[in-house]
Amino acid sequence: MPELSHTLVTVALAAALMGTLAGVLGSFLVLRGQALLGDVISHAALPGVVLGFMVSGSRDFLSILLGALLAGGLAGLSVQWLRRGAGLKPDAALGVVLALFFAAGIVLYSQVQGRPGSAGLQVFLFGQAASVLRTDLMAMALVAALVLALVLALWKEFQFITFDAEAARAQGLPVSALETLLGVLVAVAIVLGLALAGVVLMVAMLIAPAVAARQWVDRLASMVLLAAGFGALAGVAGAVISAQAAGLATGPVMVLAASALVALSLLFAPGRGLLARLALRWRARRALHGRQVLAALHGLELDHANPDHRSEETMLDAYLGTRAAPQLERLAREGLIRRERHGPEGRIHWELTDAGRARLGAGAADSDRSGA
Amino acid sequence: MIEALFQSVPAMILLTGALVALASALPGTFLVLRGQAMASDAIAHAIVLGIVLAWMLSGARSGPLPVLGAALAGLASVVGAQLLARSRLMGNDAAIGLVFPAMFALGVLLINLNARNLHLDADTVLLGEIGFVWLHTVELAGYGVPVAMLTLGAVALVNAAFVGLLWKELKLSSFDPALAAALGFRPGLLGLALLALVSVTAVAAFDAVGVVLFLAFLIVPAVTGQLLCRGLAAMLGVAMLSGLASVGLGYGLALRWDVSIGGMMALCTGAGLGLALLASPRSGLVAVLLRRRALALEARVRVLLIHLAAHQGTPVEAEENTLEALEEHLRWPPDMAQAVVLAALDQGLIRRHAQRFELSETGQARATAWLRAEDRRRAMPPERVPAGTPGSDA
Repeated sequence: MPELSHTLVTVALAAALMGTLAGVLGSFLVLRGQALLGDVISHAALPGVVLGFMVSGSRDFLSILLGALLAGGLAGLSVQWLRRGAGLKPDAALGVVLALFFAAGIVLYSQVQGRPGSAGLQVFLFGQAASVLRTDLMAMALVAALVLALVLALWKEFQFITFDAEAARAQGLPVSALETLLGVLVAVAIVLGLALAGVVLMVAMLIAPAVAARQWVDRLASMVLLAAGFGALAGVAGAVISAQAAGLATGPVMVLAASALVALSLLFAPGRGLLARLALRWRARRALHGRQVLAALHGLELDHANPDHRSEETMLDAYLGTRAAPQLERLAREGLIRRERHGPEGRIHWELTDAGRARLGAGAADSDRSGA
Repeated sequence: MIEALFQSVPAMILLTGALVALASALPGTFLVLRGQAMASDAIAHAIVLGIVLAWMLSGARSGPLPVLGAALAGLASVVGAQLLARSRLMGNDAAIGLVFPAMFALGVLLINLNARNLHLDADTVLLGEIGFVWLHTVELAGYGVPVAMLTLGAVALVNAAFVGLLWKELKLSSFDPALAAALGFRPGLLGLALLALVSVTAVAAFDAVGVVLFLAFLIVPAVTGQLLCRGLAAMLGVAMLSGLASVGLGYGLALRWDVSIGGMMALCTGAGLGLALLASPRSGLVAVLLRRRALALEARVRVLLIHLAAHQGTPVEAEENTLEALEEHLRWPPDMAQAVVLAALDQGLIRRHAQRFELSETGQARATAWLRAEDRRRAMPPERVPAGTPGSDA
């Protein structure tokens, strides 16, 4: 079916574009601790989307984009004003703006409901990849290229205000203007994704790729690149999977794909990941236990006033209060202790080697000698 | 009369709306006070998953099981986000922004896949429609009572009981969690209970107004109350009243313009907030403007005193210390000059001698003090002049 694959290619390209953009700008959003502002802006875009539809009288891509941008921008400014001008707490300001803008969107939507050509609300709310046309793709690509070019051109400035806004201000950078511009670019990224992901879930497309990327790398440039890749991957996966089955909204599938990427990153990322942490903890515990066994052997030598004292395993167990067996084989392999048959029955005894003594540390040995 | 009430659709819509407003204002006030307004956003989205999962496990679409499932899902979203944030792999805000979209996405997908059996589509969950509450009723004492109204009434009672019984504990843990913990009141546990109540209220409200509009009733009236009042009881009262007023106003406007009733009711909570933003005694626009005007007048009185002090006892005194001179030399418009002079006369800082003004003893003392302070400041070496003080460039 050449026609189906044609649509699929369009949708996949659009999703890749949107994911890339969301990943790049989401990285800044996450690093600046403004993830929830993204949530508010994307919910608040609803009245703009509907308004764009009302004005143009059709599902014209550009007018809906403009309307959403206008509403999202207004929402961002309202949050700022409610916080600084009216002194509301940040979360209260965010919550108020989200709820009221969304309510306005519902009221406006109930006005256009049933008009010819009006799409179901589901499309605005949860996105529908199939609604993206070839002509929209060109517009999307153009906007995305513009946004990416701006980010690239102002890279150093954005980096500076993200990590140390105070220092940037002291250096004479127009921090407020840059922050506003970054906010506008984030709003553009959100708006561009609305047709695919929907207003309710767009926030996850901003946050999830950035958080996933953050687990693997420590530099902004690599984080942004990786987030762009993750975003594109989640976008394409969501678009393609949801196109396979009728009735599957695109947004949720994309978000679940992105969330899966986050879960994988949280588990497997080297260094920061949960598994890496578990391994680190396990190794630390093993090293500590090994050291305790060495110290026990040394302690038994001192107790018997015999530097060549050999200890039985049961003796060690009693001394440590736990079983020494798991450590003994490993320590012997590492050459820190020696196994010897000793005594009339030829039972197995353990003895510290010179390497083991050295591992125990000069400090411990000194304090023992002075105590003796 | 009661029969007429339950047969009148507008009365039932208004009553249901009023119950939503009352039930939400109770936990909403405390949530906003504790700085957790956005946690309710997470809860409102996450309950969708709880409702769908409860339906898949039990087949019940309403009743105690979905409520329980939804409440658990709501709690899970907040606690899950807290756990993620505690791993320090991401910020608090990113954790919230990750958990609830994932849960909501799963919920929407499950609804999509089961749409035919569930009789619940994703739009309804988000939006609800209060205009249709009367379609779904049960027989109670001989009257057909809307189910949504019953559940909302029950939840409102539970919320009222919770707030009434734990008033002191809630108050303390909202304003001073550290002290509450030190006194053994378990503010963490209380916070969880509050979030559970928010989840239950969200489930009850979602049939009527949908989860996102529920947020408006939860947050906006509570913020309105906090802008207008300082006492907790007053905040709660204002929140409830403003919620109720929005229900009435929203219903009227929705009928008039033929738009979504629930949406209009939610939007009208913004009207109360707008009024509060104008009229709040501390941070309202009117209060700020008045304060700014008072400050400006005070600064001009200071200029007047210094002007009079500079010329008092000099040959030009008769000419400089007159109303005309103020208008000409200080470029003050006549009405402003008059207002400043009147203020200074009222405060007993100047006296009038025919056309001429003269400093009173208090006025003289104050002008001298200001001039001395100014001299001291100018005498400071330039690097010690605090940045941004006027005249520091001199």
